[in-house]
Amino acid sequence: MNKNSIYQKKIRMSDQVLKMLINLCAALALALLAGIMGYVFYRGIPQINWQFLSTVQSSAKGTFGILGNIINTLYMIVITLLIAAPVGIGSAIYLNEYARPGKLVRAIEFTTEVLSGIPSIIFGLFGMVVFGRLFGLSYSVLTGSFTLTLMILPLITRSTQEALKTVPDSYRSGALGIGATKWYMIRTILLPSAMPGILTGIILAVGRIVGESAALLFTAGSGFQLPGGLFSKLFESSGTMTIQLYLSMTKGKYNQAFGIAVVLLIIVLGINLLARYLTSRFDVTRQK
Amino acid sequence: MNIKIATSDLNLYYGTNHALKNINLDLYENQITALIGPSGCGKSTYLKTLNRMNDLVPGVKIDGKILLDGEDIYSPKVDATLLRKKVGMVFQQPNPFPMSIYDNIAYGPRIHGIKNKARLDEIVENSLRGAALWDEVHDRMKKSALGLSGGQQQRLCIARALAVEPEVLLMDEPTSALDPISTLKIEDLMGELKKKYTVVIVTHNMQQATRIADYTAFFLVGEIIEYAPTTELFSRPKEKKTEDYITGRFG
Amino acid sequence: MKTRISFEQELQEMNEELAGMGEMVVGSIQKTFRAFAENDRELAAGVIERDRAVNEAERSIESRCLMLMLRQQPVAGDLRHISMALKVVTDLERIGDHAADIAELVLRLNSGGSQKRMEVLAEMVNSVQAMLQDAVDAFIRKDQLLAEQVERQDDVIDDFFNQVKEEVIKLLKEDRESPDRAVDLLMFAKYLERIGDHAVNVCEWTEFYDTGELKHHRIL
Repeated sequence: MNKNSIYQKKIRMSDQVLKMLINLCAALALALLAGIMGYVFYRGIPQINWQFLSTVQSSAKGTFGILGNIINTLYMIVITLLIAAPVGIGSAIYLNEYARPGKLVRAIEFTTEVLSGIPSIIFGLFGMVVFGRLFGLSYSVLTGSFTLTLMILPLITRSTQEALKTVPDSYRSGALGIGATKWYMIRTILLPSAMPGILTGIILAVGRIVGESAALLFTAGSGFQLPGGLFSKLFESSGTMTIQLYLSMTKGKYNQAFGIAVVLLIIVLGINLLARYLTSRFDVTRQK
Repeated sequence: MNIKIATSDLNLYYGTNHALKNINLDLYENQITALIGPSGCGKSTYLKTLNRMNDLVPGVKIDGKILLDGEDIYSPKVDATLLRKKVGMVFQQPNPFPMSIYDNIAYGPRIHGIKNKARLDEIVENSLRGAALWDEVHDRMKKSALGLSGGQQQRLCIARALAVEPEVLLMDEPTSALDPISTLKIEDLMGELKKKYTVVIVTHNMQQATRIADYTAFFLVGEIIEYAPTTELFSRPKEKKTEDYITGRFG
Repeated sequence: MKTRISFEQELQEMNEELAGMGEMVVGSIQKTFRAFAENDRELAAGVIERDRAVNEAERSIESRCLMLMLRQQPVAGDLRHISMALKVVTDLERIGDHAADIAELVLRLNSGGSQKRMEVLAEMVNSVQAMLQDAVDAFIRKDQLLAEQVERQDDVIDDFFNQVKEEVIKLLKEDRESPDRAVDLLMFAKYLERIGDHAVNVCEWTEFYDTGELKHHRIL
């Protein structure tokens, strides 16, 4: 056979072994996820019924329900986002579009990165002492929201900044080149173009809020009652679902805990699907 | 011929880098002037001084005068927005905004306060016709501009610049990202545009300069080496450096 | 959408000017020959005057061609078209020169007493005139068949020249013509023969436009 022929296929053992190992790892990861999900659903689903979702727990009747916690969670999401989203997006716009690149911007960016790495219990401690005690807000939705705002602000700022960075400079110069002012350009070109990225950041933040427990236990409290009033609720102790799950666990009521876990998992799944949908919906670069 | 833009003793510094040295150049009305020269020679920088796009770059210092119809565009009284309405710009990469074809063209007029639908429709149609794009897109005005081909996108950007009724059109290598046929279409279009506008184009393509430009200025390390009618500059340049560059014997 | 609109237009203009020059040259030849046949001194003087316009046209077309090469970087058919024009004007200009040369001869021949008609020369004149007309038509219309036909005519013209030469020698031997006039007659025939050669050149360039070959040699 020709020495230079290309018909000399070799079987490379190391390649084969590695490929098998990689496949094995992937299978393991998938199996773990499926296992956890399966077990949680297996234990949790029997707990879920109409009463579980539509009432609050009552020691008098000896019944258990998480409606109050669901509402508390919604409150926490809405109030936190109302504060954190404008501030986060605004600061991202400032950092990316207005501030002269330099030490200050780098320092701020570094700070936000560190901030997002701080264990959440530290935020809880800070929130309890400052918002709860110093501001006198005690255990309430507001205390919790303020604390969570500190936690998710870096997340929203960072993701918005990243989204703004992906908007091509040619859009900016194009708009400015025909006489747009800077703010007009940001409002009409940058923000719409960056919307998918910004939304992704916000959805991730929502996930963080839903899943948070350590930072909320000593700030939002563990109240499980239905709201007294739309606004007065802001000052009431309000335990989210995650907190309730924690409480149920500490009391050894594992069936309750698994029930809540199922609801949480479904919500998290829903949030992820929603994020995907919104991202594609708002993707202005998509050709219609 | 009327002088549309008169540049005298223009110097530009990026920090300590002296990027434009003592530029004196008269750009004539309703003519196409090409700026040629090797990369980094300052031709694009000069182009951007003409509508103050350099203002956006930190650390730029400019002295000297640029008179547009006799008005100094670097005077403190100048509103950069109004200047850029009068001196439009088309960039190297086609940069349609991620919105419909219609909204792209209407973007400029809307900045300047035109809201009337009928008026906008009229401007959009006229601008697209002016950029020789109307026939190709008039039945898909609501579709995203990003779905157009590269050549169409660039003509869209020209139409977008025309929509604010400029008097001068600056083009920064407008065809360098396009295929040859789209390039020739844009060149044909420029021949039409000069009837109404004063066109200044930066190009790396010397053949392009000979095809379309009435005047050509040759830049080298921040200086203008030679400025003459295109046929003169390309048939009997006065400067050795020009001859070396345009015959490819540079360096 | 059409492209290179202005280039097309300039090519068109070049072509028209070239056709104009061709017709101008044909016109000069016609006038010269009429002046010869009708003994019209004024007409002959007019042709000499006209040569300047022909030279002018040559320069103008040359300048156009060079401009097009500089500004439009022609390739393929455009390149052959423009290089054809650049070469053909030279031949046309020569034909114009020869027309003027003949016109001068006419002035002199006619001043020399009684005009004796030389039949062969008259036939040669007609033949060259027809050939030139065909050559210019062929290149204006880019008519390859006609061009080939004209090229074959060349031998006929050469034959005519030899016949005139023999006739002149005979006249001299028999002492029926003064040496001066004899030489002029021969020159006349020689100019006609040259015009024929240039007409053939024009046709060859017409073929080049089509094939890129000149006399069956690839030059482009």
